[in-house]
Amino acid sequence: MIDWVWLAGHLDAIVYRTWQHVYLAALGVAIGFAISFVLALVAARYRLLYSPISALAGILYTIPSLALFAALISITGFSVVTAEVPLVMYTLVILVRNIVAGLDGVPAEVLEAADGMGYTRRQRLWRVELPLAVPLIVAGLRLATVSTIGLVTITATISDAFGGLGYFILDGYHRLTFLTEMYAGALPSILLALGADLLFVRVQRRVTPWAQARALEASS
Amino acid sequence: MPEQAAHRAAIVEYQHVSKSYATAKLPRSAPGAVNDLSLTVPAGKICVLVGPSGCGKTTSLKMVNRLIEPTSGRILIDGADVAGRDATELRREIGYVIQQVGLFPHQTVGANVAVVPRLLGWPAARQRERAEELLALVGLDPALYRDRFPAQLSGGERQRVGVARALAADPPLMLMDEPFGAVDPIVRERLQNEFLRLQAELAKTILFVTHDIDEAIKMGDLVAVMQAGGHLEQFAPPAEILAAPASEFVADFVGADRGLKRLSLTRVGEMALQPVVTARAGDPAGEARARTFADPFPYLLLLDPSDRPLGWVNQRHIPGTGTLARSLATPMSPLLDRRTTLKDALSMMLDADVQTGIVVDRAGRLRGVLTVEAIAAALRPSADPEVIAAGTSGAGS
Repeated sequence: MIDWVWLAGHLDAIVYRTWQHVYLAALGVAIGFAISFVLALVAARYRLLYSPISALAGILYTIPSLALFAALISITGFSVVTAEVPLVMYTLVILVRNIVAGLDGVPAEVLEAADGMGYTRRQRLWRVELPLAVPLIVAGLRLATVSTIGLVTITATISDAFGGLGYFILDGYHRLTFLTEMYAGALPSILLALGADLLFVRVQRRVTPWAQARALEASS
Repeated sequence: MPEQAAHRAAIVEYQHVSKSYATAKLPRSAPGAVNDLSLTVPAGKICVLVGPSGCGKTTSLKMVNRLIEPTSGRILIDGADVAGRDATELRREIGYVIQQVGLFPHQTVGANVAVVPRLLGWPAARQRERAEELLALVGLDPALYRDRFPAQLSGGERQRVGVARALAADPPLMLMDEPFGAVDPIVRERLQNEFLRLQAELAKTILFVTHDIDEAIKMGDLVAVMQAGGHLEQFAPPAEILAAPASEFVADFVGADRGLKRLSLTRVGEMALQPVVTARAGDPAGEARARTFADPFPYLLLLDPSDRPLGWVNQRHIPGTGTLARSLATPMSPLLDRRTTLKDALSMMLDADVQTGIVVDRAGRLRGVLTVEAIAAALRPSADPEVIAAGTSGAGS
């Protein structure tokens, strides 16, 4: 069933593709987060802009990735930009909505107290609102990262130079469904997604001890 | 104590302050509006703004630290118009306590208390020191509470932390918006008493908002009663509000039992006590009998050798000869001390079904007696205003 000889001969390639996979996904989420963060702050500051921003992110999410690759190749060629644009775009809808929801979730009395104590607007945002939004922001990052790790595989359709572990899946498929190679792509990809998920849960616990205190209190 | 603290207390002056929320759609007054408010809060006093919801009391409070800007008029702190101050700087100099407390859930209790010192850029060690000092001041053991998160506190503990946080930078003025409104009545009572004890030492100027007239009377050196539409109906010491309501609205608002409420403003120690015929157990009976018959009050109060009351002896039961035995003394009137409020004193007398309460000092020695008639006399609107005025200073202790 499994072609062990093939596997043994391609260990280097698997390791390389795994790293490429991580790199492509991480870059997509990082850029996506940076853009979403700015958009969310703008939306939270100027409420009227929230609906259009959120709607735009939603529409981008509906564009089929294959169509997007085809369109982008004519502009940005077979570059990493072509691979990253769709990955970044698909993170926006999750991240913008979660960051805004996190900021909206800060209790009104906490904001009033912050104003009454003499926080400037900027201090209030960075020292009170954003720290309190962290649980929802991290939840958004978790979801965005897991879905991006899955999406990286389809960048293999641009060229052999991309795709991370998706390269093996596509290549195995083209070789009239060479299962060993497809597993070599799919299984590590799934493990990466699970690992990222666990990592974010850990990070979340580490950076929000107060939320753990609240959870403990609620359950007792 | 007020002398040395005086420089740490501010004078707040409202000068024809109005806030209008009128719009084209709602040209009439909207809830929270304030109409031509003028009043002066003297340094080191608690001024309570009280009234039904929508009367503009919270708006009035928030205009002081510029969370709300007045439509017209000026608010002066120590003579300086707040409108001329940088809003954030101004707020850091004013303590602020709100009903829902608004502690920062992501910060420890210690960090919450040190919020304003941190904003003011105090060195970290001094922030920590100050936080511990304040936690101790509000009755929370710093070692136990400093590192907890707000979610791990009870409602009453949160309110205390809220007060500690407001006091952190030693502000000359505190704004308190229903600060004890979110806790149950027993905890509220305790927090009120603790706060009054604290204020007796700190002597801050305090603006205090409540919808509860009983709380207003208890906490206020001065009470401002406001009516819907933001009209100031009366601004006076609590005793005067109760004794002479300025309008029908105030009379209604303080309630039909305002006479009884006045009883809680005065303490036994502020009343003129009446003397009574006394004798010590073991004294010659004949002489005591003669003195008791010479007095219009038909009872003798028997004392032990240290002047502590043993009980009453009816004049008819006093033997003509021999000495006074302890066994002659019959059921006692309730023992009152100087700090008992007239309300509690009257209640104790009614419970014991007697007309007279015996007032003793801390050692239990007789100071005099207080009768139901004397309490009733103090209640009459025509009662000597001196006695009533004396009651206000006691209300804050």
